[in-house]
Amino acid sequence: MVDIQGLVNELVSKLRRRKVEGSRATARLTAELLRSVISQSKLPTTNQPAALIDAVRDVGEKLIAANPIELAVGNIVRRVLHIIREEDHSNARDAVEGFRLSVGGDNDYIVEQDHLNLSAAAQSSLCRPSLHALLERSPDSATTYFTATSEDDSEEKSKSLDQNAKSLKFRRKVISAVNDLIEDINTCHLVIAELAVEHIHHNKVILTFGRSRTVKEFLCAAKEKKRSFGVFVAEGAPKYQGHLLAKELTARGLQTTVITDSAVFAMISRVHMVIVGVHAVMANGGVIGPVGLHMVALAARKHAVPFVVVNGTHKLCPLYPNNPGVSLNEMRSPSEVLSFEQFSDCMDYRIVTGAPQLLVVNPAFDYVPPELVSLFITDIGGYCPSYMYRLIADYYSSDDVVIQQKPAS
Amino acid sequence: MEARRASRTVSDPKVRHVGFFTPDPNPHPGRTPLASDAPVSNSLSPVMILPPRQPSDRTAAVPVPETGLRRQTGADQVPVGSYNPSESLLSSSPLPSSPSSRVGLVDGEFSEESGGWLRRSESGNYASSLPDTMVERAPENSASAAPRLESKKSVEVTGKGGKAVVEEQNEVQSSSKPLKAKTTKAERRALQEAQRAAKASGKEGNKSAAVSQGAAPVKPVKQPAQKKDGPPVSVSVVSFDKKGGDRPPEKERKKDVPAPRMQFDDKSRVQKAKKHAVVKQTEARNRVELFRHLPQYEHGTQLPDLESKFFQLDPVHPAIYKVGLQYLAGDISGGNARCIAMLQAFKEAIEDYSTPQEKTLARDLTAKISSYVSFFIECRPLSISMGNAIRFLKTRISDLPLTLSESEAKAALCSDIEHFINEKIILADKVIVRHAVTKIRDGDVLLTYGSSCVVEMILLYAHEMGKQFRVVVVDSRPKLEGQALLRRLVAKGLSCAYSHINALSYIMHEVTKVFLGAASVLSNGTVYSRVGTASVAMVANAFHVPVLICCEAYKFHERVQLDSICSNELGDPDAIAKVPGRTDVNYLNNWANKENLQLLNLMYDATPADYISMIVTDYGMIPPTSVPVIVREYRRDHVFL
Repeated sequence: MVDIQGLVNELVSKLRRRKVEGSRATARLTAELLRSVISQSKLPTTNQPAALIDAVRDVGEKLIAANPIELAVGNIVRRVLHIIREEDHSNARDAVEGFRLSVGGDNDYIVEQDHLNLSAAAQSSLCRPSLHALLERSPDSATTYFTATSEDDSEEKSKSLDQNAKSLKFRRKVISAVNDLIEDINTCHLVIAELAVEHIHHNKVILTFGRSRTVKEFLCAAKEKKRSFGVFVAEGAPKYQGHLLAKELTARGLQTTVITDSAVFAMISRVHMVIVGVHAVMANGGVIGPVGLHMVALAARKHAVPFVVVNGTHKLCPLYPNNPGVSLNEMRSPSEVLSFEQFSDCMDYRIVTGAPQLLVVNPAFDYVPPELVSLFITDIGGYCPSYMYRLIADYYSSDDVVIQQKPAS
Repeated sequence: MEARRASRTVSDPKVRHVGFFTPDPNPHPGRTPLASDAPVSNSLSPVMILPPRQPSDRTAAVPVPETGLRRQTGADQVPVGSYNPSESLLSSSPLPSSPSSRVGLVDGEFSEESGGWLRRSESGNYASSLPDTMVERAPENSASAAPRLESKKSVEVTGKGGKAVVEEQNEVQSSSKPLKAKTTKAERRALQEAQRAAKASGKEGNKSAAVSQGAAPVKPVKQPAQKKDGPPVSVSVVSFDKKGGDRPPEKERKKDVPAPRMQFDDKSRVQKAKKHAVVKQTEARNRVELFRHLPQYEHGTQLPDLESKFFQLDPVHPAIYKVGLQYLAGDISGGNARCIAMLQAFKEAIEDYSTPQEKTLARDLTAKISSYVSFFIECRPLSISMGNAIRFLKTRISDLPLTLSESEAKAALCSDIEHFINEKIILADKVIVRHAVTKIRDGDVLLTYGSSCVVEMILLYAHEMGKQFRVVVVDSRPKLEGQALLRRLVAKGLSCAYSHINALSYIMHEVTKVFLGAASVLSNGTVYSRVGTASVAMVANAFHVPVLICCEAYKFHERVQLDSICSNELGDPDAIAKVPGRTDVNYLNNWANKENLQLLNLMYDATPADYISMIVTDYGMIPPTSVPVIVREYRRDHVFL
């Protein structure tokens, strides 16, 4: 337990100091931490999933508080919670299946009874019944089913050995699912890259902004398929990650042109497609990306150039943004924009003249509303912004949307 | 001079009312085949209309009309007649000699490559149509420039003649009288021809017919002369001559179509231009394919070489040379600053100028100016403001009365230049400031981009007036001009915010007005300005913030442009690779070695008119749709200056 606490604190301090940046890195670290939380935490014998959910939630809350802007942390926490619920639910479903098959009621499954209410509710809400089932099953049968399951509640638990095995199995299942999640995070850009040939043709001119590993792999994958196309890279002040991307793309043999951010509007009329990586995708289909992305999206809209976002599913965030340009933004150091010499000069003036003040604004992120985004290309295929809410329903359970909801006590 | 202009404006509507495009079916049966020889029979192809070479031919071919007009031209005949052939011969023969040949040729180049900047109102069509025809039929023979010159003169004059005929038929004698002051024999002859033709065609006053017929009888005589044309010199000469001519607005308007600019993907042109260049530019290695049509040279290599040449260059005046080097080094930037520096250099050059013997000031000085201009272009492509100023100067030179002595002419030109700087730039800025400041209210947050001197003046003036407002200075790489502006504003006590262009969407929420400067305003309302301006205007538009463009009317231009690709200027790509003050950004250190990596440093972009709420000029505050009106009015004003 102690070392878990240590690990959590370490990641929290890293996040707080912005030592870890980039949604992919944070997502992976968070997932790994939560995996160890799951494997190490002591669980009571009863109501295991609930205890696990609480543990994960506690850790998640700390992580989110450490860097509320890094939405990937929250996403991963929610994903893990969802995994736990799913496992729990699938166990319950097994139980229900068994229960319903062996009509008399087998004692083996009594343990699971207390979860049945929850899981049954979840089942009815999440798992779409087949058309046949809808036709067959009358409302009465559903109610009888519920009463049937709940009546055994009071019965004594038995077969603790079996139960232990079950809890181990459960935990193992959850961990392997989290492992799958980590694997997904690590390889999502490769999966996305496979879709590249469907979107990039010969002699296409593509504009990208800043640097994103996903975009890089996406473009390189198309290049490997012998497509020849040009790439304009906007440098993405104040980080100038575009320079790095240009270098990497050139090393892979792509025809690359670096332009300043101010030239985006001028060049976009000659561009066939804008492909960008983003920081997070909100539930309404809007995206949060590197600062300047809104300008690029507006220019693309003006010239009717498709604005395509490539992102892994770990960037899907189930929150609906309210004034995200301000609330989900952070201010970086002014020294990135204005060199200290200039700045200190201006401060001198201020001291001499008294009144005037000098603000240097250096936000880190930009919000692009969904109507400016043409398409999302994710590791599960291409979707338009209006469909994002549905994807989110697939990956997160609605109980977890607000993690802080549960009081910490 | 003045009278002539007045007459033109008077006759203006009449000329327009004349059936312009309905050619006379068959006015002179005998001549029609000849007329049809000329590819275009209306006034658009004056190239083919060439007067005879020999005086004897001339007199023989011209049936003398009877009017008082004739008598008047006769009175003028002595000076003008002697002027014409001798002048043309003289101006052509020294051309091959060392300095002036360069001048002439370069100017020829120039008129092709950047005629658009200079002579739009004068001879757009000539510049584009002449070289082809001339080059085609011309074996190189520079000695025979004389007939060519004449022919050009007559070309231009026939148009005038045509107009004069119309005028004369409907109007008073007096209107055409002043016109005679400058007519040459060829002119007169063409005029008579046209007149006769017009009469013959039953007073329809069909100008195109008149012109084509004027051409017709001359044609057979002309053939030998045409054969001997040498291309570049003739082009440059044409360009000078055109300016001298005063042609009807209708015609002028047609010629206003801007000449195509030099396209740098045209290999032969570039080669030619290079031969005469003072500045030895080396092609950049990793050129951007999309911008092949623009010059892409290595930056920063020419300066030491040029500095060493300072004392060897006789054709370029030292003041010009200095300013050119300043352009090259980037010491002078900004439309107004560059324009003023250029005009002052011209002034110095004109003060030191003395007409060589046997040349006329108007022609030789124009040639000189053109050579200077081409030197400037080698240093840095002209801004539109400079192009307009050069056009103004050339018009003034060519409009100089021949009666002026050299010193008088020089003094007149210098005062013209001073006047231009004062009136069109300095006073215009003041007027703009007065206008714009009325739009600033207490509590406003004004955003500006880059560094525009007019906007700075507006902000400072509003601050002096005691208005309470905040300023947001937005800047972008690689020039970071906003930092200097910020420093000046803060020093003056304004409260400022500073950010880079990517943060626009963030900062725009609080902005109430956007003030932007412009390098030029094109007649479709497009604002051609520092790269990034379009983005600023776009974001402001998206946030429903009004965008005010502050631009002096002398920067307005009748060209139209839809995107920022077709005409632009490329800066030094190395400026992109290096981020000053950021040692961690060094990914592109030796980018030039990477074959498939290019850096593109665009200097300007075109802001579509729909993002612009208002343009503040010295003529008042106008919507972008009114730009063509200003361009038109301004040109008239410009002539009357």
